[in-house]
Amino acid sequence: MLLIPCPYCQHIFEEEDFAYAGEAFIERPPQPEQISDQEWADYLFMRNNPKGPHLEQWIHAAGCRKFFVVKRNTANNRIEGSWTMAKAHAGKNDLLERL
Amino acid sequence: MKYSLLSLFRQGLSGHRNWPQAWTNPKPESAYDIIIVGGGGHGLATAFYLASEHGKSNIAVLEKGYIGGGNTARNTTILRSNYLRDESSRLFEHSMRMWESLTDSLNFNVLLSQRGVYNLGHTLQDMRDIERRVNANYLGGIDAEVVSAQELRERIPLLNVSEHARYPILGASYQARGGIARHDAVAWGYARAASKLGVDIIQQCEVTGIERSNNTVTGVNTSRGFIRASQVACVTAGHSSVLAAMVGLRLPLESHPLQAFVSESMQPVIDTVVMSNTVHAYISQSDKGDLVIGAGIDSYNGYSQRGSPHINEHTAQAILEMFPALSRVRLNRQWGGIVDTCPDACPIVGKTPVQGLYFNCGWGTGGFKATPGSGHVFAHTIAHDEPHPLAAPFSLERFCTGHLIDEHGAAAVAH
Repeated sequence: MLLIPCPYCQHIFEEEDFAYAGEAFIERPPQPEQISDQEWADYLFMRNNPKGPHLEQWIHAAGCRKFFVVKRNTANNRIEGSWTMAKAHAGKNDLLERL
Repeated sequence: MKYSLLSLFRQGLSGHRNWPQAWTNPKPESAYDIIIVGGGGHGLATAFYLASEHGKSNIAVLEKGYIGGGNTARNTTILRSNYLRDESSRLFEHSMRMWESLTDSLNFNVLLSQRGVYNLGHTLQDMRDIERRVNANYLGGIDAEVVSAQELRERIPLLNVSEHARYPILGASYQARGGIARHDAVAWGYARAASKLGVDIIQQCEVTGIERSNNTVTGVNTSRGFIRASQVACVTAGHSSVLAAMVGLRLPLESHPLQAFVSESMQPVIDTVVMSNTVHAYISQSDKGDLVIGAGIDSYNGYSQRGSPHINEHTAQAILEMFPALSRVRLNRQWGGIVDTCPDACPIVGKTPVQGLYFNCGWGTGGFKATPGSGHVFAHTIAHDEPHPLAAPFSLERFCTGHLIDEHGAAAVAH
């Protein structure tokens, strides 16, 4: 059972209170009609799926019902931090660099 | 040595102490024509068919652990081919036919037991989907049957087909040729048969990098040194994205833990395979007498081979929903295997943008049933550098062209 810190509620809850929402920072291309099928497929389907540190989204479904970003090591499930969406996107480059 | 009644008798005379090693355990050579990365069922089957059907001789299978130590020998061993789409039902039926003669072709008893597979329906929509799938199976020449609740009551006495159940069972699809097989026998049988044809099965050898020059594969770096090869085929299930990242390739895969359980051994109580998508669990009873129970995947990406305990609880609830009589049965062991799920719940079998590099992955939660067919079409794909007709729809390009093969309905475990 993962114990996940919700950055809004400022408290740690059990995994069952949350729902997983996939890799973080996947952005819809602003001009879909101007990109190639390859780029569109990359956005829609391709994932990093790393074995190691992973930035991912969770929603506190049975709590505040807000989305946030978690850094978790997929090899050992250690959670290294969680950020509200606003903070995660403001510090996106930094978070990605320190992966 | 050919396994037979005669060899069993002869070895019995010396107290079964002189059986030869089933497969050799060689040191890696410095170069091979073809390297298969991953010594699970699919990888070993690929090597076997490359050697037996395509006359290839200089092949190595690299396995980071040991043969029969991964998902191949830790799954719920369910076999069936009653998929919805033409592309996938053809591929799984190809595999099903191979299962039916596998014991003979490997000279190794895989304990195939065609005891039938039921997929239960709990809602009207489930039943409509079941009828649609059974009709599609008829058209594809695959045996299938819609079974009513009343018939289920007679055929599976332990099943709670009561109107008062929380999720009442309204009926099921049934594939009589479906069933189970002994998973480690599949790994061992393919390993032995491949080794006999000269395939080097190298255990404790982890691939750490894939070398290229001019976008063509030249070999692999491993924990036991660099090995040259002009063709490298990755069959690494949950770790496929890790291998792909070695050449900068991104795959449409997410790896998840998938848990399975076995109970203590008991007298025969369930003589078939029962699967339910709606309450989400599946169960059969092994020849040893333990109940083999499968769960749904853990929601998050992970490589921890563990999974979360609340999944155990939900699976137990689902099993008890169907079989209340099992409420006092104790579970013996739990296993979390890493499965590579694909957005359309179908595998990826074929070439990659890198010349000489092939991937066979994305089988998700249902790869075991495909073992012979997957190895067979993948071997053809490697030998001809061109996809086997049955594998062609499962190329990586389908995510670009949009020709996805949506099997979320017939893949019994939700992805």
